[in-house]
Amino acid sequence: MSNIGSYETRHRTFSWKLAEGELEYGKSGNYNIGYFCTDRIGELGNGTRVGLIWEGFTGEVRRYTYDDLRIHSNAFAIMLRQLGLQPGDRICIFMDRIPELYISFIGILKMGGIAQPLFSAFGEEALAMRLEDAETKAILTTRKHLGKVRRTRPSLPHLTRTIVVDAGDRPLERGEIAFSMEKAQRVENIEIAKVTPETPSVLHYTSGTTGKPKGALHVHSSIIAQHITTKWVLDLQDDEIYWCTADPGWVTGTSYGIIGPWACGVTQAVLDAGFSAHKWYAFIEKHNVTVWYSAPTAIRLLMKEGLEPVGKHNLSSLRHLVSVGEPLNAEAVIWSEKAFGRPFHDSYWQTETGSIMISNYPGMKIKPGSMGKPFPGITAAVVNPKTFEPITTAGTVGLIAIKPGWPSMFRTYWNNQETYEKKFKNGWYISGDRSSVDADGYFWFVGRDDDVINTAGHLVGPFEIESALLEHPAVAESAAVGKPDPINMEVVKAFIALKPGNQKSDDLTIDIMNFIRKKLSPLAMPQEVEYVDSLPKTRSGKIMRRLLRAKEWGEEIGDVSTLEND
Amino acid sequence: MADDIRQLIVDYVRKEYLDEDSDQEITADTKLISGGIVDSFSMVSLKLFLEKKFLIKIPDEKATPEAFDSVNNIINLLKELVPSVKE
Repeated sequence: MSNIGSYETRHRTFSWKLAEGELEYGKSGNYNIGYFCTDRIGELGNGTRVGLIWEGFTGEVRRYTYDDLRIHSNAFAIMLRQLGLQPGDRICIFMDRIPELYISFIGILKMGGIAQPLFSAFGEEALAMRLEDAETKAILTTRKHLGKVRRTRPSLPHLTRTIVVDAGDRPLERGEIAFSMEKAQRVENIEIAKVTPETPSVLHYTSGTTGKPKGALHVHSSIIAQHITTKWVLDLQDDEIYWCTADPGWVTGTSYGIIGPWACGVTQAVLDAGFSAHKWYAFIEKHNVTVWYSAPTAIRLLMKEGLEPVGKHNLSSLRHLVSVGEPLNAEAVIWSEKAFGRPFHDSYWQTETGSIMISNYPGMKIKPGSMGKPFPGITAAVVNPKTFEPITTAGTVGLIAIKPGWPSMFRTYWNNQETYEKKFKNGWYISGDRSSVDADGYFWFVGRDDDVINTAGHLVGPFEIESALLEHPAVAESAAVGKPDPINMEVVKAFIALKPGNQKSDDLTIDIMNFIRKKLSPLAMPQEVEYVDSLPKTRSGKIMRRLLRAKEWGEEIGDVSTLEND
Repeated sequence: MADDIRQLIVDYVRKEYLDEDSDQEITADTKLISGGIVDSFSMVSLKLFLEKKFLIKIPDEKATPEAFDSVNNIINLLKELVPSVKE
C-alpha cells in the first residue's frame, strides 16, 4: 500500500494543517528545518539508522547515521557561529556532492543562516554574480574549487570568510579557514537557532529571460510541503534506500536530496560521479536502491545505452521511479517499464514552488507523456496568457498557474521584490510554463512562455550567455536560444556576428564554447555556434530571439512587423 | 604515434577542463566523465577538438560517456576512426 493511498480521497480531504501534523511541525516550538532533518529523527528512536550512504567516483563508500548527521551538522553550526556569522547571513556551499555539502547545509540552517548552495561547475562569472547579488558573507568549498573562489573574492567585499573543508595541511590564504568535519570535535547537542515558520532558510538562484539570475528565497516552513510530497509522491517508507540524482546546487537536490528524505528519516544514497550507465546500475545494485528520483535527460541517456547494460545488473530492489526537470516523453516511460519493470512517474515543479506541484502518484493511472495531476492542497490551472482567467476547455494551451498559499512557495526574489510581484496575476502565481489540461484533469507540458532555455532540466538565461559572449574578443553581437535536442530537450545555440578582422573557424568555435563554459557553466556552453552577418532586431534595436528560436524549432515565425529593415 | 596523441589530449584536458590552480593529476587512465572532470555538456567541445585535430566526424552513437571516459578510451575510439592512429 502506498503512502498516499487513494489520490481522490487525499485530494478531497487534504489540508496543510494535516501535513503539519504529519511532521509535528511547531511541536515544542521547533520550526527549524535542521532540527527536523536530524535531531527529531533521533528523538523518534531512529538515531542509529543510516541517513546517508555516500559513494565517490573512486568507489570509496562512507556511511553516516542520523546521530552522525546531528553531531556533524552541530559542529558546522558551532564553527560558523565562532567565525562570527549571524542568523540571516547568506552562507554559500560550493562543492561537489561530498558528505560535507549535505551536512553543512543542515549546519547552516541550525545556526540560523540562509543556505545558498551553488552548482560547483559554475564558472567564475556565474559564481561572482550570485555571491554579489546575495551579499554572501561566507563560502564553504573544497580545494578543487578554491581557485575560482579566490579569483572572485576581490570583487566581493561582503565575502569575508572562506571555509575549506578538505584543506588538510595545505597552506591557505588570509581570510581562509580550514575545517575538517571528520576531525572536528563531536558536538552532541547545540542550541538550534530559534526561527519562525517564516524565517528565511534557503536561497536558490534561477535564471530569467532578462537581467541577472534571481535568488528565490524560501523559508523554514517549506519543509511542511517538502515532507508530505516526499512521503506521498516519492512514497518513501521507513526502510527505504532512496537515491535522488540531482545536485544540491539546484532546488531538486535540496528539497528532495536533503530536506524531504531526511525529514522522513530514510536512508538516502548519493553517488558523487559523472554519468555512466554501468556505474549507475552498479550503484543501484550495490546499495539496493528502492526509490529512484531522476531526470528525463538521465533516463534518455540510459535509453541511448540500451537494455544490454540493464541486463548485467540485478535491479530488482527498485520499486518506485520518479522523474523531474523537464517533460518526460512517453517513449521514456514505456522504455522504463521494459527496462525496470515499472514506469517512471513524471513530476512538475519549479525553483520558486519549492516542492512538487503536479505529479503522477503511486497507484494512479499514468498517461505516458503527461505531468499528472495537482498535488492535494495545490490548486493548479491553465490560464489565458492575456486575461489570466482559467481555461476550462480541455486541450487548450495556456500558462500553468498555481493559487498562492502553499508552504514552500518562495517569499521573494532576493533584492528584487518588483520582479517577484510581477509573477502574480489575477490571484495566481504564473509559472511561465505552458501546458494544457485534458478532460480527465491531467496536465500536458508544452514549453516555456519566454526565452529561457530548459537544458537537461536546468533553466539557463539567454541574457547571461549573451552578456558573457560579448566579453569574447571576437564577438560583436550575439543571441542565445534553445534548439531541440533528443537527450537534453533543449541545448544552447549561439548566433554570433564577429567583429571586423575575425574569421569564422572551428578553432574559434571551440574557443568560444570553452570561454562560456569556464565563465558560466557547462550548461550555458553553446553546443552549436552559427556565424551570421547580423542579427534580426526590432526597430528599437532589441534582438529578436524568438525568430531565431522559431527557425530552430521549425515553428511559425509569427508577427515580424517590428523587425528592423536592414 | 599513439603516445604523442595521448599526450596531446592529456594536455588539452588539463588546460581546458581543470582549474588553473588545480593540483589534480591527469593521466591517460584518469576517469574524465565518471570522475566529474568532463560532463556530458562539455564533451561537445572535446569532441569538436578531436574532430578538428584529426579531420574526422565522430558519429553521435560513438560519442558516448564511456567512449570519452578516459584518454585511453578516446585513443581506442580514434583507432577505430583514424587509420593512422596506431600503437
